[in-house]
Amino acid sequence: MPERDAAEARLIEAPALQALIDALTARGYAVRGPRRRGDAIVFDEVARLEDMPRDCTTTQSPGRYRLADAPGAGYFGFSPGADSFKRWLHPPQQTEFRFRREGAAFVPIESAPAGVPRQAFLGIRACEIAAIGVLDRVFLEGPYPDPGYQHHRDGSFLVAVNCASPGRSCFCTSTGTGPRVERGFDLALTELHDSRHRFVVEVGSDRGAELVAQLPGRPAPAAAIAAARAVSARCAAAMPERFDRERVARRLRETPEHPRWAAIAERCLGCANCTTVCPTCFCTTMVDRTDLAGTTATRERHWDSCFTLGFSHLHGGSVRASTAARYRQWITHKLSAWLDQFGMLGCVGCGRCVTWCPAGIDLAAEAAAIGDEPGAPSGSDAHAP
Amino acid sequence: MSAAPEATWVPRRYRVDAVRPELNDTVSLELAPAAGEAPAFEPGQFNMLYAFGIGEAAISLSGDPADRARLVHTVRAVGPVSRALAGLAVGASVGVRGPFGAGWPMSAARGRDLVLIAGGLGLAPLRPALLRVLADRAHYGRVAVLAGMRTPREVLFRAPLATWQGRTDLEVEVTVDRGDADWSGHVGVVTHLIPQLELDPRKATAFVCGPEVMMRHTAERLLTVGLEPTQLFVSMERNMKCAIGLCGHCQFGSAFVCKDGPVLRFDRIARALAVREL
Ligand SMILES: Cc1cc2nc3c(=O)[nH]c(=O)nc-3n(C[C@H](O)[C@H](O)[C@H](O)COP(=O)(O)OP(=O)(O)OC[C@H]3O[C@@H](n4cnc5c(N)ncnc54)[C@H](O)[C@@H]3O)c2cc1C
Ligand code: SF4
Ligand code: SF4
Ligand code: FES
Repeated sequence: MPERDAAEARLIEAPALQALIDALTARGYAVRGPRRRGDAIVFDEVARLEDMPRDCTTTQSPGRYRLADAPGAGYFGFSPGADSFKRWLHPPQQTEFRFRREGAAFVPIESAPAGVPRQAFLGIRACEIAAIGVLDRVFLEGPYPDPGYQHHRDGSFLVAVNCASPGRSCFCTSTGTGPRVERGFDLALTELHDSRHRFVVEVGSDRGAELVAQLPGRPAPAAAIAAARAVSARCAAAMPERFDRERVARRLRETPEHPRWAAIAERCLGCANCTTVCPTCFCTTMVDRTDLAGTTATRERHWDSCFTLGFSHLHGGSVRASTAARYRQWITHKLSAWLDQFGMLGCVGCGRCVTWCPAGIDLAAEAAAIGDEPGAPSGSDAHAP
Repeated sequence: MSAAPEATWVPRRYRVDAVRPELNDTVSLELAPAAGEAPAFEPGQFNMLYAFGIGEAAISLSGDPADRARLVHTVRAVGPVSRALAGLAVGASVGVRGPFGAGWPMSAARGRDLVLIAGGLGLAPLRPALLRVLADRAHYGRVAVLAGMRTPREVLFRAPLATWQGRTDLEVEVTVDRGDADWSGHVGVVTHLIPQLELDPRKATAFVCGPEVMMRHTAERLLTVGLEPTQLFVSMERNMKCAIGLCGHCQFGSAFVCKDGPVLRFDRIARALAVREL
């Protein structure tokens, strides 16, 4: 998407967010955004501005997440929770087909073609926009595009928000994916708390321009645009780079045998929390079943994780039997193999896997350590002939 | 716009036309499409075969690539899906998606000496390569088949092997890990047959398929006799749930075995193959 003219940016008062939600709803979009549920922020249906969390913040660190009231924090003063857009674009369970047995034959059971689910994602961050770019590459740009993903993605409208302050688990400056939203969005908001509570709305697409023109507001003056840029600059400055991504990618490629793996395996529970919350993990397994009479058969596709033992099952046992091998698969895929496979990193630095790891394993810290410590030369642990 | 979902995920229905018992636990299935022609395939490619309500398994094409009337698959019963497939009767239905993956580099090997080395069931995906070569025999140099099986009772494709052994334009050697009273052939692992071939390493290309440990040792022996790593091809096996690059299961280093493989050029994976649990 070409960068559009900054002159298109608008300035709206905070209550006009309701007009934004209404305009999306009027165009047939189901609006999904942040909601407070118990002591966490989730990503779910938002109909009214009051549905969104207000004046709260989160503190996140390896293995820790706390939501707290923070007067004046506005609508987006927190960092996102475990939940994300992913389950709306790549659902945790999808039915791939159903067959009915007819004598020796079986015939497909046709289901009514579902209309394209128009959905608008409100308040997704730069890392999440980047994650959608990653999933687009994986699911739509290979030799076999995924119809399920395409179906959910086709009708989606992306309203991003620029982060004002990073969570302690965040490291998007290290992955080159934030904190400012640069491309791949329809509209991008920056929340300003100067004299008034307002939003600068940048335009990333024609349909974004069409929509923002309907909102009460005015062209953003240069000062407001400068203030919005300053928000992103402050956020970036608060998030020094944790590792050199090119060096880490090279190290992981060249030194698959690394003393670090055994150390991590001591701590990793193999629980798959990280892959579940990760907005780019795309792996799935197939679940086949029949009804009790054995006349209809269904195949469902469920999220899966490379941390499970069965993931690499082959007749005779799992290829990645040890936790060390599974952790190596995860971090190597994210920070190195993904580049070879898809020309981009598989990690967008959102920090979810860090926050939601019960053992508090910090992917960025592990990456930094692997980038810095020389590992054993490749193949040193080769099978003896 | 969207690719039709059925093209990606939904198996086409085939009918079992014939079941050929091969070994105790292994059968060859001849499958005819319920409608239309069977798709063309390249030697070394595989299909996902679906047993109603039980699941799918990746199974290599083991028949003649020139035969468009049927698909032949050789299945060893090792678990729920393969047991259901191997137990299918004539007339039963089976779902098929495919063909998938990169097969043996048949045209690149034209004009060269060709060695096909199989361990056990690894002979199945090599058979279409050999049939393709035989249909085009004049365009290849020396052609050798080395097959290693566990025991004489477990020699796969015994009849075709005997036919091939009778040809003067093929060198075919079969060895077993453990012989018995009636076995007068080679005993020992298949790698032992390599030096006796006296390959001209500058002219030879090798295709290898078998258990991973067998392929590792075979590759090592071939390199020892001077074969170029770029002339060595192996067919990898990894867990596969989709065969179309979307489920993530088949990753082997940076390769997706389902779409980059299963046949991979040795020099590109030599390092990965040397790493445990990759
Ligand atoms: C490219 C390729 C070509 C092949 N060609 C042939 C061929 O020509 N002939 C042949 O016979 N075989 C072939 N195979 C092997 C064949 O695909 C497997 O033997 C077959 O998938 C086994 O499935 P199964 O259900 O019978 O048995 P299982 O090995 O029991 O597997 C059952 C399924 O359940 C899953 N599973 C099993 N255990 C676990 C666990 N503990 N946790 C989670 N999940 C589990 C597995 O992922 C598997 O899909 C090939 C494989 C590949 C990759
Ligand atoms: S690997 Fe961790 S930090 Fe990177 S995108 Fe996934 S969850 Fe976020
Ligand atoms: S890290 Fe693991 S679960 Fe995530 S995409 Fe890679 S292989 Fe799949
Ligand atoms: S088998 Fe699913 S990605 Fe290869």
